[in-house]
Amino acid sequence: MNLRRLFSRTQSAPAARERLKVLLAHERAAVGDSDLVSKLRDEILRAISMHMQIDHDKVTVKMERGAQYSTLAVDVEIPFDAAKKAA
Amino acid sequence: MGKVIVVTSGKGGVGKTTSSAALGAALAKGGDKVVVVDFDVGLRNLDLVMGAERRVVYDLVNVIQGEAKLTQALIRDKRVETLYLLPASQTRDKDNLTPEGVEKVVNALKSVFDWVICDSPAGIERGATLAMRHADVAIVVTNPEVSSVRDSDRIIGLLDSKTLRAENGEHMEKHLLLTRYDAARAERGDMLKVDDVLEILSIPLLGIIPESMDVLRASNLGSPVTLADDRSAPSIAYFEAARRLKGENLPIMIPGEKRGFFGKIFGRKAA
Repeated sequence: MNLRRLFSRTQSAPAARERLKVLLAHERAAVGDSDLVSKLRDEILRAISMHMQIDHDKVTVKMERGAQYSTLAVDVEIPFDAAKKAA
Repeated sequence: MGKVIVVTSGKGGVGKTTSSAALGAALAKGGDKVVVVDFDVGLRNLDLVMGAERRVVYDLVNVIQGEAKLTQALIRDKRVETLYLLPASQTRDKDNLTPEGVEKVVNALKSVFDWVICDSPAGIERGATLAMRHADVAIVVTNPEVSSVRDSDRIIGLLDSKTLRAENGEHMEKHLLLTRYDAARAERGDMLKVDDVLEILSIPLLGIIPESMDVLRASNLGSPVTLADDRSAPSIAYFEAARRLKGENLPIMIPGEKRGFFGKIFGRKAA
């Protein structure tokens, strides 16, 4: 056994505790509205598609849940002609 | 009228069946009349853990479908005469478990037994929701491990919304039973500690069952751990949990925790 590895290893329980706290805070808040991300994505895309044609395969949605706040990133690829059409 | 207890967890393999059998046997050893009901239709195992697998003739689904009387399906334990088992069906589909049927069976059992212990299947589907439906008290079995704690949190939400008590606006009594606890690993910081789990789930603690070879040994032998060896560490922990269920205010010792002199005397306040 590698002794140095054994002694330098950091504790894993505090990480488990923090991850659980953040996760459960979100899961508890989401009761009755468990699919917030897909709902937001659909509504944002609907809003955008009112102004231009978008390819749904070229949309990425990322959600990062944090203890204090969460971020939602919607990345929409706007084709050149769609932008022109909208203009 | 007896008390109906559901032993539940969400996650599989955390010790629901082991705990149902051990607590049932511990309560029965004290003279109370106890029945342990297996709700895991299709994957029954309580019969095996209790060493009654060769004596199953009728099961819960037979009773619900009217093919057998409740008294015919109940199996009396050979070691403790006030302990009974109502096995689940091994072959039938879990859809045979109807809400009306379960209600009838639980009410009938409640009028005869002091304790009706419902061993819930894993998951949050029909079997699990029916097992908790009529409960007066819930025991949430949790391992000090992230996926188990998360699933327990989910189950606590269901206990507060899907049970008869919750629907009637009554308080649903819930207790945490922390199983497979390894004090040495927790001390090293490689396992969630008792206080971590309590803080996250925030329900009162019923007991801490230490990780032990004795649990597997007992199930190999087909005996609830509280009957296999009543001096083993997990056995003592289950006996104490059973006394707390009966309302005794027994301090909970955290296995392996370093304490001062006064801490040793006063221990931890029980739930």
